[in-house]
Amino acid sequence: MAVTGFLTDSTLCIGCKACEVACKEWNDVPDDGFVWSGLSYDNTLALGHSTYRHVKFVERQPQAGCGGNSAERMTWEFSSDVCKHCGNAGCLEACPTGSIVRTEFGSVFVQPDICNGCGYCVVSCPFGVIDRRPDDGRAFKCTFCYDRQKAGAEPACAKACPTGSILFGKLDELEAAADRRIAQLHEAGMNDATIWNPKETSVGGTHAFFIVRGDPRAYNLPRSPEVPTRLLKQSWSAAAVAASVMLAAAFAAFSLSQGNAGVPPAGPAASRRRGVR
Amino acid sequence: MKPPRVPDNATEKRLDDIREQAALGHLDAKGVRPSGSPFPEADAEHGYYGLPIVKAPVWTWEVPVYFFVGGAAGASSVLALAAQLSGAPHALVRDARWIAAIGAAASGPLLILDLGRPERFLNMLRVFKPQSPMSVGAWTLSLFGTASAAAAIGEELGLKRIGDAAAFVAALSGVVMATYTGVLLGATAIPVWAAHARTLPIHFGASALASATAVLELRGHDARALNVLGLAAAIVETSMGVEIESDKSVTSEPLRYGATGTTIRIGGFFSGPLPLALRLLGIRSKRARRAAAASALLGSLITRLGWIEAGKASAKDPRPLLD
Repeated sequence: MAVTGFLTDSTLCIGCKACEVACKEWNDVPDDGFVWSGLSYDNTLALGHSTYRHVKFVERQPQAGCGGNSAERMTWEFSSDVCKHCGNAGCLEACPTGSIVRTEFGSVFVQPDICNGCGYCVVSCPFGVIDRRPDDGRAFKCTFCYDRQKAGAEPACAKACPTGSILFGKLDELEAAADRRIAQLHEAGMNDATIWNPKETSVGGTHAFFIVRGDPRAYNLPRSPEVPTRLLKQSWSAAAVAASVMLAAAFAAFSLSQGNAGVPPAGPAASRRRGVR
Repeated sequence: MKPPRVPDNATEKRLDDIREQAALGHLDAKGVRPSGSPFPEADAEHGYYGLPIVKAPVWTWEVPVYFFVGGAAGASSVLALAAQLSGAPHALVRDARWIAAIGAAASGPLLILDLGRPERFLNMLRVFKPQSPMSVGAWTLSLFGTASAAAAIGEELGLKRIGDAAAFVAALSGVVMATYTGVLLGATAIPVWAAHARTLPIHFGASALASATAVLELRGHDARALNVLGLAAAIVETSMGVEIESDKSVTSEPLRYGATGTTIRIGGFFSGPLPLALRLLGIRSKRARRAAAASALLGSLITRLGWIEAGKASAKDPRPLLD
């Protein structure tokens, strides 16, 4: 089975949120709160336990001469965020029940019949994607429409996207398409368009990657995201040192200071030692 | 009450300027300060309007209390074995074994209560994943709970061989119980925890040892080894406090500022400098030893609560992840 991916091309996004709606409908995701954020047109704010697609609205000062924007006007960028389906997925590594698995499509999937809601995946995701649904108790995130993919269909968000901003396909083909698209954008003068796909970090590349304009950090896409398992070696080494020292200290302290106990000795070994002293 | 303003040439000129600017499409009026300003920005420095990048831990009080109880129980089984092998009073060995067993018995329910789906707690033992500290911890607690119970009950029933063998297993799994929780927090995406992946296991291990010795002392045991071990733990905790205070990084701000900083500092004071001083006095004074024990016990609990809360605060701040 081929590894599939999402290429989300922000230069084509019009901020219509059809992906959010399609995802909610197909996956039967509950509401994620009714709030006015005041942050541009974004009232969804973040991916989470009940938000698998999230359109970001980035308002900012432009780079002069890019893509028809003049320097006097601000830019208004839209980008549909989604679970990155990491090459080395923090949530998957952390899951103690084996609920989170890698599917035959290369995506990262939470099996809802296994998850017991321990919450360790929540603190292990470098992108703040997965979260525990309070009224349900289990962890949820983008399923990459595993059910639809198994039936040979594309994910709901990609199908509903009216501009081709969300592309679904084989990962290697999408990566080639992204390179072609960037060349095309640069040729058109949109020199600040870049691909965000952290291949050089411990995350090892993502199966959902993005074309954005300007600094990806404005979209909360970190430059060097890391999978938490990279810290295991140093942390377990410290634990091993601490454990050894504790054992050694306990034995040393008791062996060296026997005979000063305030409670009368009960065992024969204790009285023997006392006698020697 | 402010006197009413009187229009004059200057005020009217200003209003004319505003009108002209507005007609040209750009107001640069300095006086405009609507509520909520300055407005959040989406750029490389602020990230996406300063919104969090990682999710905050969903854990509530059960987890830090488990860290405290499980850590104390684990270290207590180490003390039980060390005391037994060096011929310490039998009453001390017996109490240490029981503290380990009771702590382990309380740990399970605390962890189950924290699950979103408590009835599925057995799924924890569905697989063993060495790359998941949570999985390693679940299996360690299972082993430790069984061994520490067998050690305590075996002793009561007069089954010395079984009790001693179980006590050996309990001490080896207990030392993991006392330290693995540092790895559990350290190997995550939460910036302040990840920055301390190397120190947290040592910190929590020392905290666990201090609380185990404290419980034994408060039970009335007065072996000099307990004061020595409490002193050693207090030294480690004091140096941890020095490290936290001298760490000026943005990542470690939750350890020094706000409610979480206060909690960490209070926990640190009761775990480090205070018991350190009292233990030194305790070489001569029994009352000082008791006070040191109470202080270390309180400090250990507050410290664990503080680290969980610091993690929640750290998750809300995107700055460390925007470098």
